[in-house]
Amino acid sequence: MNIHEYQAKQIFKEYGVPTPRGIVANTPDEAVEAAKELGGNIWVVKAQIHAGGRGLGGGVKLAKSIDEVRELADQILGMTLVTHQTGPEGKVVHKVYIEEGADIQDELYLGVVLDRAKEMPVIMASTEGGMEIEKVAAETPEKIVKVAIDPAIGFQGFHGRELVFGLGITDKAEQRKFIDFASKLFKIYMDKDVELIEINPLIKTGAGDFLALDGKMGFDDSALYRHPEIEAMRDITEEDPAEREAGEHGLSYVSLDGEIGCMVNGAGLAMGTMDTINYVGGTPANFLDVGGKATAETVAKGFEIILRNPKVKSIFVNIFGGIVRCDRIANGILEATKMVDVKVPVIVRLDGTNAPEAAEILRNANIENVISATDLLDGAKKAVAAAKGEL
Amino acid sequence: MSILVNKDTKVIVQGFTGKEATFHAEQCLAYGTQIVGGVTPNKGGQEHLGKPVFNTVKEAVANTGATVSMIFVPPAFVGDAVMEAADAGIELAVIITEGAPVKDMMYAKAYATKKGMMTIGPNCPGIITAEECKLGIMPGFIFKKGNVGLISKSGTLTYEGANQVVKEGFGITTAVGIGGDPIIGLSYKQLLPMFENDPETEAIVMIGEIGGDLEIQAAQFIKENITKPVVAFIAGQTAPKGKRMGHAGAIVSGSAGTAAEKMAALEAAGVKVVKSPAEIGKAVAEVLANKK
Repeated sequence: MNIHEYQAKQIFKEYGVPTPRGIVANTPDEAVEAAKELGGNIWVVKAQIHAGGRGLGGGVKLAKSIDEVRELADQILGMTLVTHQTGPEGKVVHKVYIEEGADIQDELYLGVVLDRAKEMPVIMASTEGGMEIEKVAAETPEKIVKVAIDPAIGFQGFHGRELVFGLGITDKAEQRKFIDFASKLFKIYMDKDVELIEINPLIKTGAGDFLALDGKMGFDDSALYRHPEIEAMRDITEEDPAEREAGEHGLSYVSLDGEIGCMVNGAGLAMGTMDTINYVGGTPANFLDVGGKATAETVAKGFEIILRNPKVKSIFVNIFGGIVRCDRIANGILEATKMVDVKVPVIVRLDGTNAPEAAEILRNANIENVISATDLLDGAKKAVAAAKGEL
Repeated sequence: MSILVNKDTKVIVQGFTGKEATFHAEQCLAYGTQIVGGVTPNKGGQEHLGKPVFNTVKEAVANTGATVSMIFVPPAFVGDAVMEAADAGIELAVIITEGAPVKDMMYAKAYATKKGMMTIGPNCPGIITAEECKLGIMPGFIFKKGNVGLISKSGTLTYEGANQVVKEGFGITTAVGIGGDPIIGLSYKQLLPMFENDPETEAIVMIGEIGGDLEIQAAQFIKENITKPVVAFIAGQTAPKGKRMGHAGAIVSGSAGTAAEKMAALEAAGVKVVKSPAEIGKAVAEVLANKK
């Protein structure tokens, strides 16, 4: 689960990670109130969406008067912001964060992620703040300092020294401030079951202070049960409605651009099914994992969600029945076709436990647009042919 | 021969009396697995599925001589259960549970390693040595005995792959579902040499997916150390960047961990890479024919 910048900064404040002062606003009036409360004569109006690259997309603007704050808030609130991370459809802005201006001398990058190979968190820092870190990693990897931290010992002094010497911070007061900053960020990472925490840019002010000018955080979904305060930050307007609805029914759904709807048990086989459709010349319309329980209700819900996409021209149901028996799934599919009006051809491949019985059930039901397939390849070919109207 | 488990392996089940554990332990017993007992706190002294229940793993090990544990406890207790098994001297823990917090696994894996305990999973179908020992939730009947070893991140692709190998007239020595979480136990790199050293295994099927770099590491390892033919499939060639595909580990970030990158690395290591899982069976038949 991801959260907004203003929410990340609330967490930073709780842990004493320095950030500029700021207030979130839902309307231009609230934005004006926020700017007045913050005081000063320069403010930043920042669109709050779960995606990077907001500045380039026109979602972060500088205001030099209260009138300008109102004007910019009015402009940004409700706009559809397109960045390299939102996809071409963009995201609608529902909130802006009004922040006091900061005296930027240097821009750095600081992040904490899991190093899968080392199986421990790694702090990444770079003097190349304000740029995409992926780009820095690709072009000038020597400019990224990586310090892996064994959670058994936690953040030690030497970790901090590796960071500041790696970044070339020589002033002793600045070294102390940066190490303190990084150690607090690491504590947040561990305490809150964070998946990714990124500050880009982390700025050094003219006075030699370090401030988190941005904040991006994602959390381990499996650990949210023990962080109700994080769960409370969920913004459902940021989630794809179809993906969310699927999740509520125990399905895992991701929409794609193609024409062939897929319903599969297991994430790996679901991806493998999409790959096979592609391999035989078709395009998958979605990823859908029905999980271990392919009941009539879950299959019906799956059909419903898949068919909401008007591009879908055929559906490929690919189930490898392990513990779940195929005959039960076949009955589930038949019931589901009664619950949901399925007009497109449905190609069904059931293999594994009781597969012959399942084929028999489908044959006897004799529903015109339900077509059996013998194996994965056969099913994919038939689904592609059906989508082209050639079956 | 086989790897890791066989008909003589003595197994306990942690979370033994739970609903899922009961169902699957029953299936494992029917397959012939030597489940010698189980652990459920506060149910020690009872009998379940005709086997003794203990309060702690230490007691279970002391009374049964079990060396392997199959873990079915709920996600919030997986870290604890793995560390308890390691502390009790278990040699291999097979963690079936899905949805364990990554941080818990980070601590548990580090402790297991320190204690010399191997782990498989979490969030995996388990391990099966065909017609000898099934430890997990896979449908046993599709795994006919044979000469092909199988390592897979995905559950249903394990079944798909094994099924095709069997339909081509071959069979499986041992199949291991390693799971797709960010932190997992035994991976390709540890399992490949086991299959290389197993005299019965003549070919290896390796099924991976997008995210992480385990397959890249495996490719390097195969190039340098594996002489047996390897067939590989990487799921997620058509997955969009940055989207989660069910498994927490399968996130493509930047260029690292894409299917294309992994497929190229494996091909360069001499592995027969297929573009669809539907081609696994045929590819195995081909590499085994070439060998003879």
